[in-house]
Amino acid sequence: MAKQVKIDAKGVHYTPLNQQIRKAIEDGADEIVVDNVLGQRFIGNGLRGNATIRVKGVAGGDLAMFMSGPTVIVDGNAEHAPGNTMDSGKVVIHGSAGDAVAHSMRGGKVFVRGDIGYRGGIHMKQYETQRPILVVGGSAQMFLGEYMAGGLLLVLGLDGAVKAREIGSGIHGGEIVIRGDVDDACLAAGAKKLPLTDEDRARIAPVIREFAADFGLDAEPLVKANYTRIVPASARPFAGKYTWE
Amino acid sequence: MCGIFGVMDKRRQMMDGSGIREALSMMNERGSGEGAGYVAYGIYPDYRDCYALHVFFDKACESKAVVDATLEQWGTIECDEAIPTCDQPNLKANCTPWRYFFRPDASLAPGSASPEKDVVTNLVMQINAGANGAEIVSSGKNVGVFKASGWPEDVADYYRIEDYEGYIWLAHNRYATSNPDLWERPDPFNLHDWSVVENGKTTTYGANRRYVESFGYNCSTGTDSEVIAYLIDLLTRKHGLEIDLAIRALAPSYWDEIDRMPEAEQKLNRALRFAYGSATMNGPFTVVAANPDMMIGFTDRGKLRPMVVGECGDRLYIASEETAIRAMEPCVESITRPAAGEPVIGRVAP
Amino acid sequence: MSSNFGSMPLRYRISIDREQCMECGRCVENCPYGVFRWDGNRILINSRNCTACHRCVTYCPRDAIMLQEQPCDYRSHPVWTRSVRESIYNQARTGKIILAGMGSVSNLPIIFDHLMLDACQVTTPPTDPLREPVELRTYLGKKPSKLEFRQKPNGDVELSTELTPNLMLETPIMLGHMSYGALSLNAHVAMARAAKETGTYMGTGEGGLHPGLYPYQDRMIVQVASGRFGVNIDYLERGAAIELKLGQGAKPGIGGHLPGEKVSADVSRTRMIPQGSDAISPAPHHDIYGIEDLPQLVNSVKEATEYKKPIFAKIAAVNNNAENVAAVARSGVDAIAIDGFRGGTGAAPRVFRDHVGIPIEVAIATADKELRKQGLRNEVSLIACGSIRESTDVIKAIALGADAVYIATAALAAMGCRVCGNCYQGLCSWGIATQRPDLVARLDPDVASKQVANLIHAWTLEITELMGAAGINSIESLRGNRDRLRGYMLDEGLLEILDVKSVGA
Repeated sequence: MAKQVKIDAKGVHYTPLNQQIRKAIEDGADEIVVDNVLGQRFIGNGLRGNATIRVKGVAGGDLAMFMSGPTVIVDGNAEHAPGNTMDSGKVVIHGSAGDAVAHSMRGGKVFVRGDIGYRGGIHMKQYETQRPILVVGGSAQMFLGEYMAGGLLLVLGLDGAVKAREIGSGIHGGEIVIRGDVDDACLAAGAKKLPLTDEDRARIAPVIREFAADFGLDAEPLVKANYTRIVPASARPFAGKYTWE
Repeated sequence: MCGIFGVMDKRRQMMDGSGIREALSMMNERGSGEGAGYVAYGIYPDYRDCYALHVFFDKACESKAVVDATLEQWGTIECDEAIPTCDQPNLKANCTPWRYFFRPDASLAPGSASPEKDVVTNLVMQINAGANGAEIVSSGKNVGVFKASGWPEDVADYYRIEDYEGYIWLAHNRYATSNPDLWERPDPFNLHDWSVVENGKTTTYGANRRYVESFGYNCSTGTDSEVIAYLIDLLTRKHGLEIDLAIRALAPSYWDEIDRMPEAEQKLNRALRFAYGSATMNGPFTVVAANPDMMIGFTDRGKLRPMVVGECGDRLYIASEETAIRAMEPCVESITRPAAGEPVIGRVAP
Repeated sequence: MSSNFGSMPLRYRISIDREQCMECGRCVENCPYGVFRWDGNRILINSRNCTACHRCVTYCPRDAIMLQEQPCDYRSHPVWTRSVRESIYNQARTGKIILAGMGSVSNLPIIFDHLMLDACQVTTPPTDPLREPVELRTYLGKKPSKLEFRQKPNGDVELSTELTPNLMLETPIMLGHMSYGALSLNAHVAMARAAKETGTYMGTGEGGLHPGLYPYQDRMIVQVASGRFGVNIDYLERGAAIELKLGQGAKPGIGGHLPGEKVSADVSRTRMIPQGSDAISPAPHHDIYGIEDLPQLVNSVKEATEYKKPIFAKIAAVNNNAENVAAVARSGVDAIAIDGFRGGTGAAPRVFRDHVGIPIEVAIATADKELRKQGLRNEVSLIACGSIRESTDVIKAIALGADAVYIATAALAAMGCRVCGNCYQGLCSWGIATQRPDLVARLDPDVASKQVANLIHAWTLEITELMGAAGINSIESLRGNRDRLRGYMLDEGLLEILDVKSVGA
């Protein structure tokens, strides 16, 4: 039987809180429920293994940074940069999240049901089988996928039009997929639009289904919807900027 | 080089200054006749609760008004007078020694564990840093520094130190290397409780000075003993270190020695070097220092300067040369020469 | 569209003394830039390709090869210098930003060379390092500002202050951060071995940690830069310390690009990016847009590594250096490396390299002073870097307030680098700044590590002698001890900023 541990985070500083979580995982917990979270930072930070951490409340900054394996589910919003430099595992946020979501993420999945702030998916990068995935249910703000170097960034716009502009500034790897049409004026230098092929759709469909399942949404209309795919114009966006002395 | 001397009576039995004068002059070969000084504890029993401020005025008529006004801002002057002196043919007086008996207003250092000493410290820093023709040379309770440019005998006679009785005396025979004419330059240096005499010259004046100055002290004379007095005050009064640890911070063990210590001791010594690396004194020195309750002596860890310790009954002596001790105590019972890293700490009976 | 500039004057001319030459062809084999080629049994020269790397000169068994710099004169002009004119021709032709390799070439006075060291004469004795200990052991990290004690039940007093982790160096010289990718694996391995041998540490740079360096990981300071290349929890846990790179002296305010052609299979593995993809380090860390974000990153790294390692931050020395240092000192880092404007680089825009930033001497002096003023000096150690060229630079940097230094170009030179400044070409004939297997193989890690260790050892001996002469037997007594320096021909304003007296004072 799965071993569950409950931790009350009320009034607890993040260092002892994260020590308790770490200890619980070392002691073999499969699921850790952390109640009364109110802004404690670095939850799941650097953790390995495959435990599930349920965060009840508002998760503080750098949620799951450097995390390698576990699943973190937040029943609430998350602050700045959840999934920062994350290696593998999964972060599911039932609310919205702040700026720089999935910054420099190199593997695993970050699912946000609500909106994300500015610079979402900035500098996400992939290597061989490690391919980070950021899915946003709501909207994203400016500089989405800036410097993106790999992985998949999917914005579903479930709650209205996607507000992102300057999309894919300096993108040199990976793909940004946004439901609906994206005005050319919203694309930044170095990014180009491509139609979503059947092959592309087949690739993103399992991700959409997983996302829908996590949030109790009907997947099939989303799978079939119209998407815009944004990719790098070049893997060397700045190659033409310099000359040698 | 300089010669230093210290004597303490563990049962607070008084000694007049004549024996100290005798002892110090035994080390005239170590001096240059351009500076000597004495400090004694217990000399002002009538004003034992006041801070005795010994001040040198360049021009008493101008500087005294500044000091009076400053003191009145910080507390109450109980009494003030010229320090009695007696002209000596070989001394060229270029300042007027004065003394105040002063009660600091403790409410001006709110929140301090030792508000009176904070007020006095601030006062000393303020007056000594200012270009006001006044220099406070001692500032403790029941203690006074007497110093001038000249041979020890002349300085002693000028101040008539045989008229003073104290239970701890420190004295300094200076070999001048700079400013031979400045009366405030010879040791002892004093800041309220602590008085310091030094033989030697550290190679870390700059590092140590910048360290104490970051805690609000202000080094105005450019001499080691001033910095050392402030370091000891900072470490013992402000940082709460016991005196043995304070000495270890100033003259720490080598890392090789620390590496070989038992774990707890290793941890303590490492922590001292971590915390007080900038306070560590390097180069050749022997320091003798005193406060109302103790007299201490310690050397640099390479033992580059001499230190002789004598004991006789209730008396503890520390000097640069054994001759100085024997001049005052011909039948001294024991003479030892402690190794580097073995500080001498003598306490007055409570 | 071609330009009307035609051939620019030669930068270097290579000539062969044909009487000496025995046509052995070592020059042809050794030059990766294509200066030499066989034409039948005669060696032809194309000086235009020469970078002055000296490989041919070094390997010519008959000393037959000679190199001349700027063999063709321009009309001399004090304003329109050769370099100004050539930059104009270059940009008129290309319309691009000029990139250049290695540190600043601007001919500004070097403050280190105008600082004189002190020695004991009559009032204090010098220490004889042959006879007496002179301690160079250096601890880097946060130090307590005061100690707390508690009384045990038996009345004894014991220390209750817990010391935070510090790095222990046997000498205050570390090997600075240069990435794998910019440098070859053999160069990295050589430096790592030298660090281990000499009891010091080496920076990884921002290129991740190659498995070949795992045996030396307890001597590595792993860097986390804005590109986060190769950064994951394993990487953080392997390092002896972690350095957050916030800036670089050669190019303050901008990031860096490792061009895709340098991202070989091996480099791609340690950086964890696809082969051939540009490795772009953005100008800022995108999770640090305000100073309050810095402690978030610092604490995040500390949480991830459970407070077991010192965290360093590296910043470029710029105008408001003192304020920057004080701000970083409050972020929870354990040491701050300050990189002066002469700091090296594989490639930087020429205008940044030569015009942005302030000298390391000034930066260290103002940092130390400001930290003392704000009561923060024990919160962090200071590491000086950016053109530390010899042991006297080390000792002067420490006397100005540094705890230790990083050397980088000097370490490359110890491995054979001739400071030709063509690192960006990726063809380093010495096998240092290249990924081409045949060139990398030229650098034998056994030999090169010995040379780097020799350099550190020799400097350490010189520092010991200089400290002994100054009557100082422990490095912390030198730190910030500006009274042991004097400024020679430095102006009054600069002396005041350095808090150093003039010679004679």
